[in-house]
Amino acid sequence: MIPASFEYRRADSVEQALGWLSEDPDSTKLLAGGHSLLPLMKLRLATPGVLVDIGRVPGLSYVRDAGDHVAVGALTRHRDVEISDVARAHVPLLAHVAGQVGDPQVRHRGTIGGSIAHGDPASDLPAAVLALDGVLVIDGPRGRREVGAGDFFRGFLETALAPDEVLTEIRVRKAPRGWAFQKFNRRAQDWAIVGVAAVVNGGARVALVNMGATTVRARGTEEALAAGAGIAEAAARAPEGLEPPSDLQGSAEYRRHLATVLVRRALEEATASGG
Amino acid sequence: MSTTVADGPAAGVVGTRMRRREDPALLSGEARYVHDLVVPGALHMAVVRSPYAHARVTSVDLSGALASPGVAAAFSGAELAGEWSSPMPCAWPVTADMQAPSHLPVAVDEVCYVGDAVAAVVASSQAEAQDAAAAVAVAYEELPAAVDLEDAASDRVLAHSGLISNRAYTWELVPDADAVERAFAEAAVTVRERYVQQRLIPAAMEPRGVCVVPQPFGGEYVVYSATQIPHILRTMLGITAGVPEERIRVVAPSVGGGFGSKLDVYAEELLCLALARRLRKPVRWSEERSEAAQATIHGRGQVQEIELAADPHGRVLAVRVRLLADMGAYMQLVTPGVPLLGAFLYHGVYDVPAYAFTCTGVFTNKTPTDAYRGAGRPEATYAIERAIDAVARKIGADPQEVRRRNFIPADKFPYSSVAGLVFDSGNYEAALDAALELVGYEELREAQARRREEGATRLLGIGLSSYVEMCGLAPSRVLASLNYVAGGWEAATVRMLPTGKVQVVTGASPHGQGHVTSWSMIVADKLGVSPEDVEVLHSDTAVSPLGLDTYGSRSLSVGGTAIALAADRLIDKARLLAAHRLEVAPEDLELSAGQFSVQGSPSSAIGLGALAFEAFTAHDLPEGMEPNLEASATYDPTNFTFPFGTHVAVVEVDTETGKVDLVRYAAVDDCGNQINPLIVDGQVHGGIAQGVAQALFEEAVYDDEGNLLTTTFTDYLVPAASELPSFSLGRTVTPSPSNPMGVKGIGEAGTIAATPAVVNAVVDALSHLGVEEIAMPVTPERVWRSIGASAPGTGGGR
Repeated sequence: MIPASFEYRRADSVEQALGWLSEDPDSTKLLAGGHSLLPLMKLRLATPGVLVDIGRVPGLSYVRDAGDHVAVGALTRHRDVEISDVARAHVPLLAHVAGQVGDPQVRHRGTIGGSIAHGDPASDLPAAVLALDGVLVIDGPRGRREVGAGDFFRGFLETALAPDEVLTEIRVRKAPRGWAFQKFNRRAQDWAIVGVAAVVNGGARVALVNMGATTVRARGTEEALAAGAGIAEAAARAPEGLEPPSDLQGSAEYRRHLATVLVRRALEEATASGG
Repeated sequence: MSTTVADGPAAGVVGTRMRRREDPALLSGEARYVHDLVVPGALHMAVVRSPYAHARVTSVDLSGALASPGVAAAFSGAELAGEWSSPMPCAWPVTADMQAPSHLPVAVDEVCYVGDAVAAVVASSQAEAQDAAAAVAVAYEELPAAVDLEDAASDRVLAHSGLISNRAYTWELVPDADAVERAFAEAAVTVRERYVQQRLIPAAMEPRGVCVVPQPFGGEYVVYSATQIPHILRTMLGITAGVPEERIRVVAPSVGGGFGSKLDVYAEELLCLALARRLRKPVRWSEERSEAAQATIHGRGQVQEIELAADPHGRVLAVRVRLLADMGAYMQLVTPGVPLLGAFLYHGVYDVPAYAFTCTGVFTNKTPTDAYRGAGRPEATYAIERAIDAVARKIGADPQEVRRRNFIPADKFPYSSVAGLVFDSGNYEAALDAALELVGYEELREAQARRREEGATRLLGIGLSSYVEMCGLAPSRVLASLNYVAGGWEAATVRMLPTGKVQVVTGASPHGQGHVTSWSMIVADKLGVSPEDVEVLHSDTAVSPLGLDTYGSRSLSVGGTAIALAADRLIDKARLLAAHRLEVAPEDLELSAGQFSVQGSPSSAIGLGALAFEAFTAHDLPEGMEPNLEASATYDPTNFTFPFGTHVAVVEVDTETGKVDLVRYAAVDDCGNQINPLIVDGQVHGGIAQGVAQALFEEAVYDDEGNLLTTTFTDYLVPAASELPSFSLGRTVTPSPSNPMGVKGIGEAGTIAATPAVVNAVVDALSHLGVEEIAMPVTPERVWRSIGASAPGTGGGR
């Protein structure tokens, strides 16, 4: 429970953080809410030489109405997304999912940017951002770039974010109706064994939690729906092409089964809520 | 013997729901645990542990550790072997021929579980000690490991190279073998069930901690330990480390729960003592959570086979039980005896004429097991309460009706059981009736039937558990007959200070039970003072030199009785002094609210406070009377106590996902007279939560190589409030005739009752689909698979 020795630096601006990152990108980690990184460090599964704390960088905590989308600052804490009027009005899926992450301590410290950048397939927010056709805004030494959520999650704990870059904003398409989130776990505080974020307005997008090395879309389900299939038939294709993990909480076979049940429930709920 | 469903009588403070005096300090963070103690100059210890379940240690290279910053010293097991004058203690050699491998605090040439200590490092900070421990290079030659309990029992792989068999002992209780055979031969109905009691990690809120401070010049050691047993620990540390007992003072500061896991003598306690002796410096160790998962004992770990023979109406004629009990790698303090604490209770609350019990203790290459909340009795209750449901299913009867047909009738108490116990008092049907009413049993059965008819995917299940336990450990003569090396008494002293305040010294050692509150309530009523005026001293062998500590729901019925007896003796002395002062005969005095007054002339009176001052000044005492009002008592119980009750769990089972939601829970417990019903509620709440945890959530999972996979709370699922409904609690009150206060014990009852109630409920929800058994913990996947396996084509799993 004691991390390996590391150097701690507190950044006052994104530019300062980027400067420190560029000095030794491979052994420097950004610290935001700390609720993914610090447990890994305490278990010594992560041993960064330098921690750059961006938790107090001003101007990166906001939820803004930006026309066709909502922009969320990377340092916005889960609780602040959950209770944001803008999020609740325009992307209620995001607000709801933010309220399902971990436990109250996690939701009051953890940040949306931290959760997305960590790229854990068992996390809820990546699936919500994927279902909402999100765009990730990244700042780095080569300037600013935008990456679609579908291209951002590359592998287990691996994203499009380079070691010398900072995720600064998350943009999600407005979807005031026709959404649902299903989280299946054994204790309220746990990661989902399987989770489903679904948006059915304007073509269904169904994203799955913990059904592969990254958060993934249920392509089989989406194709079936596009081809006019009913919900049950489409849900049965949810695990198509996916390789979910087997662990103490559930076998791959069980996860595949859960995906069919939870996708069906999510689609029924999303449709009932105005899809 | 009276039976009511209300809280106990409330003349004085006893019987009231007084808030716990301990809680402000605990809740405000002011309570001090071992880790909080500031000890200047202390060295921090880190333990190097085996990453293999079974291996030969071929070399230990400490050079990396010794070169590490802040390191004061590092030792291999071989270098420390001379510190031990005897191996780690086991106080319960259950049979004369029990086999047990020698167990040293630090292994010398063979490690036998993942977590077995191989070296110790001390440094000026905990972080430096841990960094240095990681730099110790140990060479191992891996040996095959005995991991699975049944496989280990076959001796295919030996858990210790020095043993000829993994079987440590076989212990039998077969009063009349022929009667059992006859019953099974003639029975209209028999059931034969196999249950697995998965291993549990006790996970007390405070992990263990030790700090040993050598005293200058005297060769004395103050041992601060997060322990339940300061007194037993003192004796055992002395024996094992070769320190004269009187040179050791053990202090248990605030202790954050134990559940049996701190009822032990651990390697780290011995190591800190030996290193403090060797280095002449304070040495401390604070256990980490993941370390605790493997270095602190586990609970349960049994494979149970139970058979019931019954008549066509489900009346049980005989119970036959065969257990395999997982000892783990070594015998800890009471490891072998844990299954025996349940050996007498496999017929449960039922009037059964024939009985056979056999238990074989088996070594495996896993963390040692030992007492965990209930210790043997939850396992026994689980087996009989699951099996009685199996009988009910077989004859097509309501499980509550089958229980009723078998209960020991209320007019048969004290009841001599087939297993040789005398159950002190009970009224099992009254508790069952109260529980069924509390939960709304008939309506639930109707709702259950409706959902089944509608083809609902959320089915309802109702599970019962009627339990009795033997607690209040224990009559010393009985412990002798079970080969336990110590007695079961408890000691107390009550003294009045010059200002009329009261000091109580108890040999019980609280770690969350609320003894300070309960003890002060007992004494307050006896002496006519306010509970706030009573100081309770405990958990320090310098203050309370005599005691046998806290476990087995013993503290109130044994330790509390000792306090009541000591208070009575103090009153006897005070009466003589009062008679002297008032110039009357002692028998003419009556005591009320702390005042002695002369019968018939109440104006002639003197209070205990005034008498305490008189006794203190000793200016005018009766001839031969010693100064001060003080009395001690040591109470050895004449019998166990036998709390009982019925719990009802109501679950919803999602047949599509297998998810089980505990939606309602009713518990009617009978612990005899209650000193503080609020504390009883708390014990029942926590107990139920822990029992539900075994049923639905917790399991220490090992892989085939003997690696513990559940070393964090991400994988070891301790349920929280969000997983539990509000509990509906009720009580019946059937006082125990075995002790003067008529009390029983409530620390373990909830845990004992809850586990079978919940699993019975899940099976009940699915019984119409052919489901009869789901292994614990009842995970969603297991439920899903059992539905698919039992009823193919219903759309469930496979």
